[in-house]
Amino acid sequence: MTIDTTDPVIELGGVTKVYNTGTISVAALRGVSLSIRAGEYVAIIGPSGSGKSTLMHILGCLDTPTTGNYKLAGENVSAMSEAALALVRNRRIGFVFQQFNLLASMTAWQNVELPLAYAGVPRSERKERAMAALAKVGLAGRVQHRPGELSGGQQQRVAVARALVTEPDLILADEPTGNLDSASASDVLGLMDELHEAGRTLVLITHDAEVASASGRVVAIRDGLLTDDRFLESVR
Amino acid sequence: MSWLETLRTGLNGVRTHRLRSFLTVLGILIGIAAVILTVGLGEGAQAQVTSEITSLGTNILTVSPGSSTSSTGIRGGFGTASTLTTADAAALSSHTVAPDIKAVAATTSSSETLIAGTSNWTTTVVGTTPSWLTVRGRTLAQGRFLDNQDVTDHEAVTVLGSDTASELFSRGDPVGQTVDIDGVPMTVVGVLASTGASSSSSTTANQDDQALVPMTTAAERIFGGTTRDSVSSIIIQAKSADDLTAAYQEANQLLLALHHDTSSTDADFTITSEQSLLSTATSVDKTLTILLGGVAGISLLVGGIGVMNIMLVSVTERIREIGLRKALGATPSLIRRQFLVEASVLGLIGGALGALLGILGAIFLPGVVGDPISISPPATGLALVVALAIGIAFGVYPASRAAHLAPIDALRSE
Repeated sequence: MTIDTTDPVIELGGVTKVYNTGTISVAALRGVSLSIRAGEYVAIIGPSGSGKSTLMHILGCLDTPTTGNYKLAGENVSAMSEAALALVRNRRIGFVFQQFNLLASMTAWQNVELPLAYAGVPRSERKERAMAALAKVGLAGRVQHRPGELSGGQQQRVAVARALVTEPDLILADEPTGNLDSASASDVLGLMDELHEAGRTLVLITHDAEVASASGRVVAIRDGLLTDDRFLESVR
Repeated sequence: MSWLETLRTGLNGVRTHRLRSFLTVLGILIGIAAVILTVGLGEGAQAQVTSEITSLGTNILTVSPGSSTSSTGIRGGFGTASTLTTADAAALSSHTVAPDIKAVAATTSSSETLIAGTSNWTTTVVGTTPSWLTVRGRTLAQGRFLDNQDVTDHEAVTVLGSDTASELFSRGDPVGQTVDIDGVPMTVVGVLASTGASSSSSTTANQDDQALVPMTTAAERIFGGTTRDSVSSIIIQAKSADDLTAAYQEANQLLLALHHDTSSTDADFTITSEQSLLSTATSVDKTLTILLGGVAGISLLVGGIGVMNIMLVSVTERIREIGLRKALGATPSLIRRQFLVEASVLGLIGGALGALLGILGAIFLPGVVGDPISISPPATGLALVVALAIGIAFGVYPASRAAHLAPIDALRSE
């Protein structure tokens, strides 16, 4: 599906999420509405327990809202089956996690080609695209290394390459610098900037205001509600 | 993702956890090897018994005398009475009365000591007629068999079984030599060829250890006794396996008439077939095979439970991997397939190695334990299918647990 850059990639309308843990129900999101356009670089900032992780899970189609609507690239995903959501994640979203989440038994390029394998891309094309993505994040010389043979920063770059390789509508990064030293962290944030400049839509979830300031728009969340939504034109 | 792709992922999973995979495989391996060996052992024993019994001759009926009743009213077992005579045998060999009977051989037998020079040997001495050779389906290794002339002339000649000959005449040609049977010197005129069946089992006497003498010579010179024309059994060969029942009925009718018996219930003889001996012997072996096979089957089941246990541990341990794969676009059915493939690969590897071990055991163990073990290709093939089925059956539950993990729960776990 081709989308006009002015069309919103993400459209949340009154999204709530209630967790039922035995007798107590916890409202993690209490009515969130948010619209993110293609090519935007948005940071969602909030302290722990603010509901930002829940919001990230819903944005990433890893979980479905209790009530409310979520349209991703024009497609209503709020009431999809698990199998359908898996396809949406595969085609539309690239994930970058705090824990990198690379498979230890596989080399860098094998990790990167994994989402393409689930998309049914033929083997030869997969390898080619994985190599290209690794070259884009500056790891052309490390394609045969396993995660254990790479530094934290390098591992996160492999994860970024994996998020890029499917050409997704949205790249969702959950505390991507949380496990990195400051040099590696600024390295990864620099990579994010490059992706943004290349026209990708990025959503970065963090508790760190400094990390958030690298983005073009900061959305603050607290107690399950959005409290602030600012464009950082000065940085751009 | 294609099946081939899933297979590759599954194999990778097995390879990554080598020790664990090996231990899981071990359970299946031992189970399959045990099944193949026990079934092979049972089939081997059955084949041995069958070959021993068929070495007695094919399409054979044996007529034994009935039970005797002493003056005090004590009844002896079958064969204790002397009701069968050479006349009975002669009547049975008439083709007009009994067209389905091919040949008849009457025998009398007794255990006697044979002496040749300085060696002696106790064996079964059988008094019989020339037709014995064809009825028993035997051939000669050396010399000639007893002929009609020997019988009419009460000649002092004997034909030895191959084992008997080698016991008495360790070197040199036994034919033409003299052997004393119960003090009567007899000339050895021939030696029987070995039956090839392995020596003495509990079911049959050793067919290669006996001495054959003319019926008449045995009755007069060796066994003696009051009724010189009585025989201890009459062996009947039917024309073919299909004529066995007809031959049985003809023999039965004829003997009933000759003995003036009114019905089969008060007959003073019994007719048994090798078939009934065979079925008794094989049914014992079958029971043993089923029992042993059952025990081996249980060990296979335990192996299957081992696969399930390991797969469940594997699912728990790889919860993050599952979460990540789901985040990257793996559908629940793909995850299920991946774990099912892993479980069936474990089952199949275990089955293949177990079959290999079983076959090696079947080749090398008989040398150690002395019992033959036969390898049946269909049973081996079946064992492989069973191993695969066990892998799949015990993999279903762990695989569906993995498939239904919520991606966020899986990703969150530390």
